[in-house]
Amino acid sequence: MVPLSWYLTLSAALFNIGLFGVLARRNAVAILLGIELMLNAVNINLVAFWRYGDPTVITGQVFAIIVFAVAAAEVAVGLALIISVYRNRSTVIANDIDMLKW
Amino acid sequence: MATETLIWLIPLPPLLAFFLIILFTNKNKALSHWVGVGAAALSWLGSMIVFIRALKVEHLGQHPFHSAINWLPTADTWLKIGVLIDPVGAATLFFVAWTIFMIFIYSVGYQNYGQPEGDHDIKGLPPHGATVIDPNGHKHKVPSIEPMYSRFFAFLGLFACGMYTLVVSDNLLTMFIGWEIMGLCSYLLIGFWYGKESARNAAIKAFMTTRIGDVFMLLGIAFLYTATGTLSFRTIFSEEVLRALATTPAFFGFSAAGAIGLLLFIGTVGKSAQWPLHVWLPDAMEGPTPVSAMIHAATMVSAGVYAVIRMFPLITADFSGQGLTPTMSIIAFIGAFTALFAATIAVAQNDIKRVLAYSTISQLGYMIAALGIGAYVAGAFHLVTHAFFKALLFLGSGSVIHGMEHGVLHTGDHNTDPQDMFNMGGLRRKMPITFWTFLIGGFALSGFPILTAGFWSKDEILADAFGHGHLVVFIVLALAALLTAFYTMRQISLTFLGEPRTKAAEHAQETTWTMTVPLIILAVFAISYGWVGIPENFPIIGGLIPNWFHEFVGSTLAEIPEGVGFNIVPLVTSLCVALGGLFLGWLVYHNVKTDASDPLKKPLGPIHTLLKKKYYFDEIYDFLFVKPAYWIAETLVSKWMDNGVIDGILHGIAWVGSHLGTLLRNYIDAPVVNGFGDLVGEGTKKIGASMRPIQSGRIQYYMLTSLVVLIVVGGLLYYLLVLA
Repeated sequence: MVPLSWYLTLSAALFNIGLFGVLARRNAVAILLGIELMLNAVNINLVAFWRYGDPTVITGQVFAIIVFAVAAAEVAVGLALIISVYRNRSTVIANDIDMLKW
Repeated sequence: MATETLIWLIPLPPLLAFFLIILFTNKNKALSHWVGVGAAALSWLGSMIVFIRALKVEHLGQHPFHSAINWLPTADTWLKIGVLIDPVGAATLFFVAWTIFMIFIYSVGYQNYGQPEGDHDIKGLPPHGATVIDPNGHKHKVPSIEPMYSRFFAFLGLFACGMYTLVVSDNLLTMFIGWEIMGLCSYLLIGFWYGKESARNAAIKAFMTTRIGDVFMLLGIAFLYTATGTLSFRTIFSEEVLRALATTPAFFGFSAAGAIGLLLFIGTVGKSAQWPLHVWLPDAMEGPTPVSAMIHAATMVSAGVYAVIRMFPLITADFSGQGLTPTMSIIAFIGAFTALFAATIAVAQNDIKRVLAYSTISQLGYMIAALGIGAYVAGAFHLVTHAFFKALLFLGSGSVIHGMEHGVLHTGDHNTDPQDMFNMGGLRRKMPITFWTFLIGGFALSGFPILTAGFWSKDEILADAFGHGHLVVFIVLALAALLTAFYTMRQISLTFLGEPRTKAAEHAQETTWTMTVPLIILAVFAISYGWVGIPENFPIIGGLIPNWFHEFVGSTLAEIPEGVGFNIVPLVTSLCVALGGLFLGWLVYHNVKTDASDPLKKPLGPIHTLLKKKYYFDEIYDFLFVKPAYWIAETLVSKWMDNGVIDGILHGIAWVGSHLGTLLRNYIDAPVVNGFGDLVGEGTKKIGASMRPIQSGRIQYYMLTSLVVLIVVGGLLYYLLVLA
């Protein structure tokens, strides 16, 4: 069986890739994608710990499912915002959307 | 109506009249005097009914009309006030009611009711006369109506209320209230023509001088209340209370009764203008003449004597009949001294009213002296007869002045003083009614034998003084009587006899009926009132008319005082001084020529000046009391204490406060408190300004910052919590 540390390493890598995408990409949609990656990295973690811990307790799976649901809702709201911004300002570049300042 | 109820009501009408006039009717002169005179008439009527009912009661002294109500709760008892009419009260009520009523009627004429408004009269000054044009086109100057006519009647009403209250009171407290109301009214009425400085000063003088007496009187009342716990006459005059007071020592060898009597007597000294507080009364002549009559005959000065008569049982509580008590000696001395002293001054006065003023002081001295030697009935008798004839004389002199003023207006010679007797003369033909009534009043004052009231009352005092062996008092009073007759005849001669000495006197005119009718009525009393007090043992006519007054008034006391036995010495003395004085007065003054000076001036020399200047009492008091009072007020209190010490302290405190404030402001408030406040504000602002660039609005910077902070804080926590 593949050891737990592999899963954790994959998860960490995926989280960092996502984090990098969030911080470094200019496109708001890509930032959203990065967030999705980070969420799924978390999911891998959850499922891996469930599998390697006590499989009779299904808490890890339930958490993963809740994260899916939250991610779906978040994508829906986030994309809606981006569409709305795009309609008003014709841009999806995160740095250009900087009206919320002093 | 029950007599007691009626007595309660007697003082009310004049009081109501006062309020009615000042509140409602003051614009209407006729209505005002109707209200005033009507109120006086009502009180007069009530008084007469009470008097007549009092006559019908047997042993009124033991069973007087008396009713009292609870007034002030004092711990577990009540301070009661009420009304009391005993024989003395009834006799007083009788003359008070008559004189007040007459004075009210007289005032209508005296203040020129029915005359036109003056040409240029100002409120606060006597009327100056008005010009009228008769059908032939001739201009005449006639007297004009008093501009403050209604006000006069209002004040008279309040005055009458005060006097009635005083007479019907059954206790010292309400009596004192009436006493003080009169004090206020005398001030208002003496200063009635307040536009004249002399009137203002006289008003203040009268008020201040009587106030000195009143303070002592109040002390006496307080002392009495402390000693006995009551102010009601009937309780105080009960035997036990009197004996207790007579045996309690107070101070300086006085018994409590004597000390209280003395304190109350000082009140009388002020009110009845006895030496040494007599100075206000002559100056009080500044008021309109009806006021002079009101104050000097009917009411206020009589009130003083009335108070002594009322308190007589108290004053004589420790009097055994042998030798006068200290208090009585003082009273007798002051009375006798005042009688002679004022009579001498009256000899040298030229103002017709001033002569009467000093004569009043002198006659009051008579009464006081009589009471001082224990001659209760004689003192009361003289009080009543004097009230009648002195009211008559004052009103008569007012009539003379009025007639003279008419002459002054007619001739247009305003340099003639209508009150100076040396400007008069021969008025008997011009003013017959005034002359005859004045003659009756004057003769009554002089004690003209048999006919007049003054003779009987004065004779009784002299007989009492002689009969009880008070020879000094007797001689002094006899001398005063001689002088009285002399200056009275001087006054009558200068005013009415001889030939007119000025144009004004030539054109003097008899006054209207409202003034002459009161004169006639009072003249009747000035003669007839003496007949009710003829001693029964008087030769020939004694006993023809019972000596009602002695029986009646004497019964006020627990035991009716015995009349003195008849003695020829006082009678002869009385006859001699009265007739001798009158004759001398006529001899010296019956033929004074125009512009002549007083015939006594040469023979008496400096003494005449001394008398004319009233023994310089005004000047002495001015030097001793008024000037020091001014000095204390102006220099000591105002300049030194108020401006110097008190203001100095206050200014010092203010200076310290002000400087301390500046100090705090400069060194604490501005740098520390303000600095701190400013620092917080400015610092926040600066921090805000410098932090502002962080909020760029770029979401990824925020996230990066969050990440960095998270890593740093996490690392730190890890280091602190786990590794350390």
